[in-house]
Amino acid sequence: MQIVIASGKGGTGKTTVASNLGFVLSLKQKITLADCDVEEPNLGIFFPCSPECRDIHVIIPQVLEDQCLHCGACGEFCRFGALTVLKDKVLFFPQLCHSCGGCFRVCPAEALEKVPALVGEVQTCHLTDSLTLVTGRLKEGDVRTTAVIGAVREQVKDEPVVIIDAPPGTACPFIETVDDALLCVLVTEPTPFGLHDLSVAVDVLQVLKVPVAVVINRSDGNDSIIEGYCSEHSLPILMKIPLDFTLLKKQNAGFLISREDPEWSLRFSELGDKILAHARGDV
Amino acid sequence: MIQVAVVSGKGGTGKTILTASFACLLPQDKVLIDADVDAANLSLLLNPEDIHSDEFRGMDGAVIDANLCSGCGLCQEACVYGAIRKTGDRYEVVPYRCEGCGTCTLVCPEDAVSMQPRITGKIHYAKSSAGPLLYGSLTPGSGNSGLLVHRLRQEAGLRHPDVFLTLIDGPPGIGCPLISTITGIQAAVLVTEPSKSAQSDLSRLITLCRSFHVTMFLVVNRYDVNLDITQEIVRMADEMKIHVLGKIPYDILVLHATRNGIPVIQSEGPASKAIHEIAKNLNDELEKV
Repeated sequence: MQIVIASGKGGTGKTTVASNLGFVLSLKQKITLADCDVEEPNLGIFFPCSPECRDIHVIIPQVLEDQCLHCGACGEFCRFGALTVLKDKVLFFPQLCHSCGGCFRVCPAEALEKVPALVGEVQTCHLTDSLTLVTGRLKEGDVRTTAVIGAVREQVKDEPVVIIDAPPGTACPFIETVDDALLCVLVTEPTPFGLHDLSVAVDVLQVLKVPVAVVINRSDGNDSIIEGYCSEHSLPILMKIPLDFTLLKKQNAGFLISREDPEWSLRFSELGDKILAHARGDV
Repeated sequence: MIQVAVVSGKGGTGKTILTASFACLLPQDKVLIDADVDAANLSLLLNPEDIHSDEFRGMDGAVIDANLCSGCGLCQEACVYGAIRKTGDRYEVVPYRCEGCGTCTLVCPEDAVSMQPRITGKIHYAKSSAGPLLYGSLTPGSGNSGLLVHRLRQEAGLRHPDVFLTLIDGPPGIGCPLISTITGIQAAVLVTEPSKSAQSDLSRLITLCRSFHVTMFLVVNRYDVNLDITQEIVRMADEMKIHVLGKIPYDILVLHATRNGIPVIQSEGPASKAIHEIAKNLNDELEKV
């Protein structure tokens, strides 16, 4: 069962919800927390540990110049512009390569060799008997975000309950993270920005056919802007987290509020029950 | 011409509010770009008048002709993106997973697969009191955000070749759209906040900006939420010779202004005061660039 915590807009509290939810649920059952915000992974801040690291590679071509006919077939085929064939040499731009494998197929001279390129790593921490943290981390300067996200999802795909911290936005990284999930919980805030980005994310999730539930963060009791949208689109609001300076302070310092405060532990436990019920389709 | 992007690594640190404030406060002749195409919010603050929009074509997408498909499944085997799924005894492309490489067209023995153009978003041209604004939007389920950012910057350059300043509201993260945003710019204003998460994201962003030879300036937003971390961030900036333009205090008026669609700089609160000061500092620095 894969449940994604996402938001569209950045900084609305995805990681806060994912970390606390993972922690309280793990007191009762086996939970895997997966950080798919691989450009800026932060779940680990709330669960310090020494992880096991595994390098993630993609396959890219390497030109064997002495076998190359300079026929131009690979350059003509590559729609990403990663290969340019000149009269007497081939230029390869690894950052543009999407590792589709097409160039190997069109080369008539077997002049392209498949070589691995490092794009990031997946870190695994067994935090307790019932809580495992799996974090994807993109190599700085690399753009192959989805390859690292794919590696995280592949590693956790057979775990019984997986809580995934999603990247912000709604494009390729988000789609790679949320495709085939049982439920996506969107964390938003009661501002015009929050509403706009929530609605964009909901539109994408409709295309992907992933069910949606909502959590309102930084609520000051005046949440009609989000509530109106949710009722119009029949989206359940599962929780409201108040706008609170003390809470913000604790969160910023890297504290897990549900571990510190029994009241928050209870609230996230209730949220967990609701989320699991929605994911199972019991609601 | 100077190109300046406001970026943050972590989302929600205040990029858009700061960009909108700079747009209003910096005296130079300018064009504005919202490069956070996944979640474009700058127009919500600037209330521009939309002039027109163009369709944005990203990568072509594969389409399988069901009448020609024999159901052999070679395309599915060849697709590394998992974009081809079986429905009944035929195969079809899941558009939102297709990256448009065309490998499936190579392997199909029936010539049933073709690459078709697809509209993956829009480029919007608008006019605000602070200057012309270009922003993008993606068709739900589409990617190609990096390419869209590239096109926005290209269009801004073509349409407004003589402006002194291009001011870009950047995307979060350090991936494709961010790299598209900072390639070839002169300066970046990094907006952070005193949290462990933002601090970690900031250091990854700095590594990246450095490798692109971008001059960096720093702003710490909501600095008084954690003075210890703020101090650590400022110390790190000093060590790395990154100029700190200023610090903005936590101020509930920012939230109220944003909710009501009023520029923060029109409020009388302490955050507004700090932002005025930061814009002045940035202006002084830009004159030196």
